[in-house]
Amino acid sequence: MTVQDTAVSASSLTVQERRELLRTMHLIRSFEEAILRDYHADKAPAWDIGAGLIPGEMHLSAGQEPVAAGICAHLTRDDAVTATHRPHHMAIAHGMDLDRLAAEIFGRETGLGKGRGGHMHLFDPDTHFSCSGIIAEGYPPALGQAFAFQRRQTDRIAVAVTGEGAANQGAFHESLNLAALWKLPVVFVVEDNDWGISVPRAASTAIASNADRAAAYGMPGIRVEGNDVEAIHAAAAEAVARARSGDGPTLLEIHTLRLWGHFEGDAQGYRPELSTVNEHDPIPAYQARLVADGVLSDEDAAALKEEAVARVDAAIGFAKNSPTPQPEEALRYVFVEGA
Amino acid sequence: MTTMTIAKAINEGLRASLGADETTLLMGEDIGALGGVYRVTDGLQQEFGEDRVVDSPLAESGIIGTSIGLAMRGYRPVCEIQFDGFVFPGFNQITTQLAKYHARTSGNVTLPVTIRIPYGGGIGSVEHHSESPEALFAHTAGLRIITPSNAHDAYWMTRQAIECPDPVIVFEPKKRYWLKGEVDTQDPGASADPFSAHVVREGTDATIVAYGPLVPVALAAANAAAEEGRSVEVLDLRSISPIDFDAIEASVRKTGRLVVAHEAPTFGGIGGEIASRISERAFLSLEAPVIRVGGFHMPYPVAKVEEHYLPDIDRILDALDKTFSY
Repeated sequence: MTVQDTAVSASSLTVQERRELLRTMHLIRSFEEAILRDYHADKAPAWDIGAGLIPGEMHLSAGQEPVAAGICAHLTRDDAVTATHRPHHMAIAHGMDLDRLAAEIFGRETGLGKGRGGHMHLFDPDTHFSCSGIIAEGYPPALGQAFAFQRRQTDRIAVAVTGEGAANQGAFHESLNLAALWKLPVVFVVEDNDWGISVPRAASTAIASNADRAAAYGMPGIRVEGNDVEAIHAAAAEAVARARSGDGPTLLEIHTLRLWGHFEGDAQGYRPELSTVNEHDPIPAYQARLVADGVLSDEDAAALKEEAVARVDAAIGFAKNSPTPQPEEALRYVFVEGA
Repeated sequence: MTTMTIAKAINEGLRASLGADETTLLMGEDIGALGGVYRVTDGLQQEFGEDRVVDSPLAESGIIGTSIGLAMRGYRPVCEIQFDGFVFPGFNQITTQLAKYHARTSGNVTLPVTIRIPYGGGIGSVEHHSESPEALFAHTAGLRIITPSNAHDAYWMTRQAIECPDPVIVFEPKKRYWLKGEVDTQDPGASADPFSAHVVREGTDATIVAYGPLVPVALAAANAAAEEGRSVEVLDLRSISPIDFDAIEASVRKTGRLVVAHEAPTFGGIGGEIASRISERAFLSLEAPVIRVGGFHMPYPVAKVEEHYLPDIDRILDALDKTFSY
């Protein structure tokens, strides 16, 4: 295992690449901020999880944008991604259409799955994206997709994402062994945001780094500290290249940050560092670094944010103006129709 | 027409499907060089290669999950689960993923995955090697579940499961693997629809519905009843999900009495669902309550006493007597 420490002081990335990373992170954050607003808007005064424009659980990814931006920068839409119950950042960074993503979350007919999947079950044939609310259970289907890519002798890869809590599930370990055994083109990503809902990592996992577990399966393991998008980008470059060239899987654990609650409505009383969490927000930090490096001006940065907000507003507007499914739709799609 | 065992018929069905479509591939434990612990895949790896007949690690969740991913990318995987009880490590993938993707995506994703599971007792083994867990899967919408009782159906159900665009679990009656029968590999005939029940013995006084390993037992019970002057109809259910209630209803409207037999425990089982549906659909045609014959609500017993656990001719005849004496 190697540990890559925080800042890469002199960036090896081009100006355009660095701007793109910031742009992606702004787009994700703007999206999550918009969902946050609409999610809570009509759940008051007595907070009712089943009420409102967006009923049900909501797991937002604020703080984890560097993971998505840094990894997906290396992917094409032909690469498969399987994500978790907290999937928006990966979906957006992988290029999912924002209108259809928003519509799915709002449960509308125009959503990716006509509103049937909801925010934890985003399936997009265009970007080969899928996710599951059952933790670690996205890993085995990622193997199968990688197996298909390998059998067809393509250079496509699969990226399988879990959180650090899911790394204690059996499916996680079974998948690592299978991928290494069959030398599948997979990048396993563990997003370590320190918390499995309310349980701190130290109380759930016997070792300090899941990247150490890679050695047990004969694959490289890299833990990236600091939630730094460029360090993540560099580690992912290596892992993706290894997968594409047929040299097998890599396990990347990325120490990131859950800026908000596990789910919306989570008061996070269990979290001692709560009052200082915002000081570690990765987006202002990266933006300041790019300004200091002369990559862009404050005005450029503000324009990136405005552009992101405008795009997100359009997507949310599209979702809100889309029809809700008809009641008879509820009974469809158990089996292939007409088969 | 060729005479072959059920095991050989499944083997031939797999061979035909592998030959017909190169996206079909087999995955499972010991299915390659060994040809499976029941030799159902005998010779297939030699014929189609290690890429098409894949020996997997002991990892049922991985086998099912990998098959899901393969199916998402255009393959038609066929998983062999070595014994009924070994499916449980893969239960999560089957019930939370495989069964749900099509509905979850409003039809955008189809998963033509076949899962073959040898099931049932009577082989002198213990729990995990003798169980009948079909009701657990039938309760999960999105899975099709079929079970052959004879070699002809075994051949065609294997092929039909692989061709089906939905996930299909084929429960194979392991005790009957060596039961021989006539197979027409050119024409499925009446077996063209794997999701229909078949009348395998006509009668007028009572109906027995059975499936898989108990169909021969039900037929033997019906023959014994005939010696006492009872004309008993036997339905081979064939499909456990969906269930061909129309066929059962039609038979009950004719006979007025129904016995349902399966090896699985009656508690929470398929027999209860059939009894309930038939009472809803044909209550006024019933001359007696529907009687279930099945395993007891207990873990599968040790080999020395399993004959007392498994439904036999006498228990089915007792059930018939109950319906006639009501």
